[in-house]
This record gives sequence, structure tokens and C-alpha cells, in this order.
Amino acid sequence: MDSQMMTGNLAAAWGVRLADVDYIPAFPITPQTEIVEALAKWCEGGELAARFVTMDSEHSMMTAAGAAEATGARVFTATSSQGLLYAFEVLYSVSGWRAPLVLVNVSRALAAPITLESDHNDVLAARDSGFLQIHAETCQEVLDSILMAYRIAEDERVMLPVIVNLDGFSLSFTREPVSLPDPEQVQKFLPPFRPAHLGFKASAPHALGVAVLGGTPYAYFRHQQHLASINALEVHREAAASFEQLFGRRYDLVEGYRLDDAEDVLVITNASASAGKAAVDAAREEGKRVGLLRLRMIRPWPADAIRGALRGRRAVAVLDQNLAPGQGGILFQEIAASLYHEAERPRALCSFIGGLGGQNLSVGEFRAIFEQTAKAGVSGKGIGPVLLYTQAEHREMTQLQMVAAGTQRANGL
Amino acid sequence: MWQRETFKKIKQIPGEEHVLPGTALCAGCGGLESLRLAAKVLGDDVIYVNAAGCFTMLAAYPYTSFKGSWLYTTMGSAPAGAQGVRDALDVLIAKGRLPKSENLKVVVLGGDGSSYDMALSSTSGAMNRGLDFYYFCYDNEAYGNTGMQLSPATPYGARTATSPCSLQHPSGASQEKKDLFEIWRAHKPPYIATVAPRYPLDLEEKFARAAAFPGPKMFLALAACPTGWLYDPAETPEVAKLAVETGLWPLKEAINGVVTHTYIPKRKPVESYLTLQGRFRHLFEPTVQTDTIQHIQARVDAYWVRATREGT
Repeated sequence: MDSQMMTGNLAAAWGVRLADVDYIPAFPITPQTEIVEALAKWCEGGELAARFVTMDSEHSMMTAAGAAEATGARVFTATSSQGLLYAFEVLYSVSGWRAPLVLVNVSRALAAPITLESDHNDVLAARDSGFLQIHAETCQEVLDSILMAYRIAEDERVMLPVIVNLDGFSLSFTREPVSLPDPEQVQKFLPPFRPAHLGFKASAPHALGVAVLGGTPYAYFRHQQHLASINALEVHREAAASFEQLFGRRYDLVEGYRLDDAEDVLVITNASASAGKAAVDAAREEGKRVGLLRLRMIRPWPADAIRGALRGRRAVAVLDQNLAPGQGGILFQEIAASLYHEAERPRALCSFIGGLGGQNLSVGEFRAIFEQTAKAGVSGKGIGPVLLYTQAEHREMTQLQMVAAGTQRANGL
Repeated sequence: MWQRETFKKIKQIPGEEHVLPGTALCAGCGGLESLRLAAKVLGDDVIYVNAAGCFTMLAAYPYTSFKGSWLYTTMGSAPAGAQGVRDALDVLIAKGRLPKSENLKVVVLGGDGSSYDMALSSTSGAMNRGLDFYYFCYDNEAYGNTGMQLSPATPYGARTATSPCSLQHPSGASQEKKDLFEIWRAHKPPYIATVAPRYPLDLEEKFARAAAFPGPKMFLALAACPTGWLYDPAETPEVAKLAVETGLWPLKEAINGVVTHTYIPKRKPVESYLTLQGRFRHLFEPTVQTDTIQHIQARVDAYWVRATREGT
């Protein structure tokens, strides 16, 4: 197998190239831009037989992407952060059209304050949009997930669009060894896109996205979307088995790490899972029985897999790299809801908020999470949301505030 | 002198209908009449890409008014939807996955509320990219589907639900109608035209001429609106006629940016048009707002002086 060092962004581009897409409407935004730059080059050079169009906004980009997919082309597009939110209403249109395109979101925190680095408030805002969501930890997984995403999206039982998420900077700009799948093997895994129920043509006109009058037809089509999304759990299982057979790599809805005898479990997503795994290893060396559960598929929500992994644990900590102000962590709420009817549910659930806007997750913070979670497990009383902020961060912020105040005085304000 | 080449007599307008009767739109809709006439040239091998507006009701599950296809997008991005459909058709035909005989004309349908403001970015982008499509803006000079609120297409002096006449604003709308024709023209699309439903030969001729131009073909259609302009639906032809005959709605085209007026009205006084419509009634009752009416007349006169001087 041909393995080479590449960034998460380039791995995403390679996934798109191997998926042999037909059409790529694009709009630049940091930290996603490297993906569409690579694709533009390949479309121009003939390595990829797709049409590449730079649109006037993400709103237009997403509309063009969905419309092309609805016409019968295999479509890819990518964005981040503000771009995803600018396209937001169209996400619901595209899933309503049942247009199975793939969108890569390179996670970046939302303004204000405006910033470039990662957290998951962008992608999780789209959790109710009807898009499926796969969140990747490594560059290899980014590439592989794009191939799996097309196969799942285009399955007749699903026919829904997919977001593949990777973290900005920590994954998008990080080089890791990536094994490039053989294109012929990819063709076996991902058959050509020949949708039976999509496409506009003269001989078979049809109307899509039409108005409905009243709740009866509206609810019918919405229910269809929900049921199709749930189907994706089974379709993912099939795709994962086929993928493992062809490429030797296995991806499940969730990934357990050192869970077998773990008393306490840390739930985490995306690239920070790598740091979380290292923290688990370190804690294990100190004799603590901790493990990690990485959520890979966020939509549809793999409730059974989550319950299976968390039942019987002493305590569970959810580290959310997002913040719903006035509520707390988004994934914590969903985990808690999934465990409510579990007879052997953990004695305590703890909610931690960290890694916002590229904020570092230190060894000390993971240690504190494990300690506080163990304590909660013993007392049977959950904690949180705990807003992680270290003394070092506090010192740095205090210095910045002093600089800001000093500048104001110098300006005579 | 501009002359029609294809459509010289009313008999030459095809009898076959492509917008089927029994729509959910208002009786006497001038926009629908413009579209009905346009579709006689466009035919059935069409996909209409729609933005939110009155025409969204033309395809309401499980019915559609068209023998062609339809895609509802959003209020702001129908031209981007047209881009996606056009590009996908081209790619699929080029790759041999779709026979050429299955090809479609791509037609954006947007009202003035969409076209004049929210969709300007996506329209500008589509024109800039030279997208091969038709843009059909049905302009009823207000947000009609939501009950007639002020839009940037609302003319000075019109009363809408959000530009009521009051002591502070006795004229109603105090802003001038945005000049979308010129905004479009700045993008240099190969073909732009204004049309009105009461001038069917002019309208048909323009759609026939536009077909020869690859790229953006932009149409601004007068959508005389009994519901919003407050007149009897039976009077739509008369209202549409007077919009043109007073000079308020110039019939013109621009081929590669060169403007030609396709009909030179003798210019009846604007009062003849204004008095027909409830949205201007406050200009005449309880007192006549002479200044406002003169302002409207002066704007029209200035337009035509300029147009005549420039010999267009």
C-alpha cells in the first residue's frame, strides 16, 4: 500500500478524487481552503473528471451543490464555521431534496469574537439539518470516511447528504501518514452514482422541493427523512464491513479505547480523541481504570452503541468542544438522554467544556477530568458543566487585558 | 427603429399552453400572464428554478402547473440552483450518462422581493460566470406573497403595508424604485429585456431573440397585481397597458449592453395609470398631492428625455 505524509485537508481532497465526483462548487474559507485548492488543480489538470466552479457565497455554493446532486451528478463541497452558518438554510433544503452529496466541514469556532481555530459549535449547529454527520480523528479516517460517506449517502435506504467533519488546524494542517486506497478497489466499494429517483430530464419531468399545504404532507416527508437517517446505522455497518474487507481498516459508529475493564469513561470526538487516548494511557499507568469512547457518527445518533459502551460504568465524563450558552455541552445532553432508560446506567454523568476556539487541552486538564469523574462516581453525584480554564490561561488572559487597558489609556480614552 | 422579426401578428403566437390553468395564483395575475406567454417560446423542455415568492405556489404538492420540471430553492439563491442544474446537465451529457435529447433550458423564476435584494449576490455570480440560463423576474413592486410590503421595487408614492401614508410620509413609499435593469446591464449579460403582459408580440419576440444567445438571458416582467395594487382583476390588461403607455414601464432590451427601446409610448399623463389603483389612491383623496404626482411625472419625463437623447 502506498502511504504518504499529508495534511487532513489533502487527505480530504484525496478522498474526493478517489470517489470520482462529477461536480465541485466551492467557496474559500480558512481552514478549509486547501481542500478546494487541491481539487481545483486536479480538475484543471485532468486528474479528476469533475467541473469545479467558484461560487459567490457558501449559500450559493450549497444551493448549487444540492441542485446538481438532485440533477444526478455526484457532488462534493467543503466549508468551515461562518461558511457553514451562511449556508445554513440550504442544508435543510438539500436534505429535504434527499440529495446525497458529501460536505466536508473543517471545524472552526464561530464569531464573535472572530477566530480561526477549532471547536464544534459550527458542525453541531447543523445536527438537526437532516445531514448525516461523521466526525474523524485522523487524516486517514478523513479520507476513508469520505468514501464511506458517499456509499452510505447514496444507498437507496438513506438518500441523505453527509457532513464529514475534521478539526481545523489540529487535523486540517497536521501531516500524518495516509495510505491511499487503490482506485480499482475503491470502485468495488463505491459503485458509480446512478440514482433511480433523482434527476431532471426532458422525458421524465418532475418537481422537487415543492410547497406542501398543511401538516399532513409536511410531517410525512419529515418522518421519511428521520426513518432514512435511522437506516444509515445499518447501512454504515454494512459499509464498514465491506471497507474492512477491501482495505483492512475498520470504522464503527463509535470507537472504544481501553474500555474492557474501565470503571470511568471519557466521551470525546474528533482529533482531541488522540490526546484523550494518550491521557487514558497515562492514567492507566497510574493504575486508574479509565477508558475512552469516541463518537464517530453523530447523526444518526448511535444510541444503542453508546448505551452498549457506557452501561455498567461507574462514571462517565463528556468533554464537549462546544458551548451552548445557558445550557452547557451539546453532546452531554444527548448522552444523558440516551442513558436515562438504561437500567445499568452510570452512577454519575459529568460535563466538561474545553478546547474552545483551539484552546489547548493539557495533560493536567485530562488528569483533573479523570479525578473529578472518579470522585463523582464514588459520590454518585454528577458535576458540570465545568468550564475548563487553567491558571496558565488565566494568567495569559490577564496580561492581554492589561495590554488592552494600557492601549486605551495611551489613546487618552 | 426596432422591428419584430418572428412575431409580427398575434396569430403567430402558438396556441399550445405550457403553464396549465387552475393555479393557486390570484385571478388577474399579470406575472402569470407574462410567464404563460414566455412559456409559449420556452416550451416544455424546461426546469424552472424557483425562489420564494408568489410563484412558489405554482407547484404545491401533489400538483404542478408545468409539463416541465421544477426545483424550489430558497429566496436568495435560485440563480445558484440554476448553476448547479445547468452544470450537472452539462457534465452528465459530456460523460455520456444523459442523452443530449434530455437537455433542458434552465429558467429562474423570482419575484422582485428576491431579485432586487436578496438574490443579487447569486444573480451577480451567475451572470459573472456567464451561466447559460434564463432569469424571469415577475415584478409586482412589493413583497406580494406576504401581503404587499415595501420592496426595493416599490415605486415612489405607492402605499404598501409597510409604507403606509401618514403625516410624516404622505406619499407612502418615499424611496425610488431600484433600477434592476441597469444593475444587470453592468454585468454585461448578452441579453436583457423588459416585458409586459399587455404587449404579447413584443414579449414573444424578445424570448425568441434571446434564444440565440448563450449565457445569461435576463427578463424583467411587469406583474400587474390586482391583489396588491388594489384594482379589479379584470383590469389587469388596462393597468399593464397604461404602465407602458405612460412611460413608467419602458419596454426595452439590451444586447451585449446596447439598449434599444422596443416601443416608444406617446406618454399619457401618469395620473391615468395612478388613478386606476388603490395603492395610489392617497395621492388623490382626500386631497390631491400635486407635488408627489408631479415628482412621479418629472421622473418619467427625465427618463425619456435621456433615452431619446441617447437615441435608444
